[in-house]
Amino acid sequence: MTRGMLKFAAIALAISWMGLAMAAPDVGQVQKQAINIHAIVMFFIFVMATLGITYWAAKRTKTASDYYSAGGGITGTQNGLAIAGDYMSAATLLGLTSMTYFQGFDGYIYCICFYVGWPFIMFIMAERLRNLGKFTFADITSYRLDQRQVRTIAAIGSLTVVIFYLIAQMVGAGQLIKLLFGLDYWIAVVIVGVMMVIYVTFGGMIATTWVQIIKACLLLGGGTLVMLLAFYQFGFNFETLTQKAVENSKKGLALMAPGSFLSDPVTAVSLSLGLMFGTAGLPHILMRFFTVPNAKEARKSVFVATLCVGFFFTVVALMGLSAITIVGTNPQYFEGGDLAGKLLGGNNMPAMHLAQAVGGNMMLGFLSAVAFATILAVVSGLALAGASAISHDLYANVIRRGQATEAEEIRVSKSSSLVLGVVAVLLGIAFEKQNVAFMVGLAFGVAASCNFPVLILSMYWKGLTTRGAIWGSIAGLVSAVLIVVLSKAVWVTVLGNKDPIFPYEQPAIFSMPLAFFMAWLGSVTDSSARAVKEKAAFEDQYVRAQTGFGAAGAAAH
Amino acid sequence: MSTAVYERIRNNPKFDELIAKRSRFAWTLTAVVLGIYFIFIMVVAFSPKLLATPIWAGGTASIAWPIGAGMILLFWLMTGLYVRRANSEFDDINSEIIKGAIE
Repeated sequence: MTRGMLKFAAIALAISWMGLAMAAPDVGQVQKQAINIHAIVMFFIFVMATLGITYWAAKRTKTASDYYSAGGGITGTQNGLAIAGDYMSAATLLGLTSMTYFQGFDGYIYCICFYVGWPFIMFIMAERLRNLGKFTFADITSYRLDQRQVRTIAAIGSLTVVIFYLIAQMVGAGQLIKLLFGLDYWIAVVIVGVMMVIYVTFGGMIATTWVQIIKACLLLGGGTLVMLLAFYQFGFNFETLTQKAVENSKKGLALMAPGSFLSDPVTAVSLSLGLMFGTAGLPHILMRFFTVPNAKEARKSVFVATLCVGFFFTVVALMGLSAITIVGTNPQYFEGGDLAGKLLGGNNMPAMHLAQAVGGNMMLGFLSAVAFATILAVVSGLALAGASAISHDLYANVIRRGQATEAEEIRVSKSSSLVLGVVAVLLGIAFEKQNVAFMVGLAFGVAASCNFPVLILSMYWKGLTTRGAIWGSIAGLVSAVLIVVLSKAVWVTVLGNKDPIFPYEQPAIFSMPLAFFMAWLGSVTDSSARAVKEKAAFEDQYVRAQTGFGAAGAAAH
Repeated sequence: MSTAVYERIRNNPKFDELIAKRSRFAWTLTAVVLGIYFIFIMVVAFSPKLLATPIWAGGTASIAWPIGAGMILLFWLMTGLYVRRANSEFDDINSEIIKGAIE
């Protein structure tokens, strides 16, 4: 999951898709900074290590199951770290630290909103996802429905999410590299594109998972280290920390209580819905549930992921609070040394400045490298999910009607990831000067409105028919996209119109109920012979969902 | 994989017992999480001052922070509770049912 990155990036992803545009300054373009040798060297080491892993993974990737789901051979703990890695982006680190730095407790409220979807996924979804799924989430939605129709719409939903998300990450990477490494925008876009294609094409899910695990450990370790070094300056005393923060912040005591959050309840509720259920509809997160051998391990992975995410959010909040005093009172981190002025590099820099303040250039370089590695890992997961939607859903099951051989399917998947890489680089360059802040919000909106309703209904509601699934998906997809396009984020900010046509930027509160309603309506009015058969097939699906009997197992190696 | 096996599983009274127990447990936990979260959001929306109460009389640090961290911790522990029961008690019944159905 995710959000923004630096200035643009953090804005692009983080704050903007949080939608309330609280601490969000104007995103705009970032200034290229001086070349950061430490960061470049450490990032280079990361790249070498991950290439080594890809080489190792490539040798173990033989079957379609290896390629799409690591042969079901990932343990619960490993998968939990990988899921956490998918969820914690550079935006989490930079955007949420910045939000706590500027807004105090409101930043932590955001963290809690991002977090609360996880227990839900654990109790309601994890077990059934694992028991019913194989390679993509369309395996579940099309289980008893019309393969070709349902997979087509699921693939469209997945690809929409993947493309929007990729653009946001690409643009974020470009801005981040200018800011943290002091290199040109296009270099980042090309590096990210090339690396993502290498990981996915050669290493499949095994490589992608391990890249994600390493990145999660680096991010957790790096963040925790910076937080401890910073907290040490306050004698590990929370009272001292907050006292100083209140003294040194323009907001003063307001840091200690909720502020502008929820000043607009519709947006806030819509945002939480989108976060909570969007997470449960992201194709690259859902795929992770198929990499473990059984429901037991799937549950364990959510347990580990929930711990990592919750812990990291708390670390990030403490970093933000510490930065108020450590960064906020040091003129070195402000433009022209003016404490009342702007932070060097933009409003999403508190985490980086804090790293520099407590650990010197080494620590700054390390955290910068981790932030960039994070984008790389998230992008690889997305690319694999997109390539799988094309090869497994569209090619193997829609075009070839299930008659394609494994080798053909994998070949198509590899070519698709290459095409996705090229498209991502081209779009990344095309959108360099655009405000793509809305794109992650859009990705979550589509995931929550197009993918999630049909997925959960197919698992829980006997009455869902193919027609209902198609109606629901299309209604969710179209309404989520329309709402974002007609809202301020696109209509005014991107297209330059004067007033937004639709007053709210977060689509979920409108598009999700609409998707559910259309799925229901399409199903209950469907009395075709096919619908009768589909409803009858629920019984067997239900037993498999509950017991895991007949579920795709771990590949025997 | 065959429908016959699914049929046998479905007809096993233990299957109903498993579903009833596990669903009740899962939905209870879900309700508790959503309930606490909802109350928290309501306090944030309608009575934010309440959360500004200092932890120590005369201190600065507000109770908002430990409450937030406590929620994160509690929800995580609840996922742990679910895993513990699902991976032992429920899975034991589950494998018994499957064993009975394929023999």
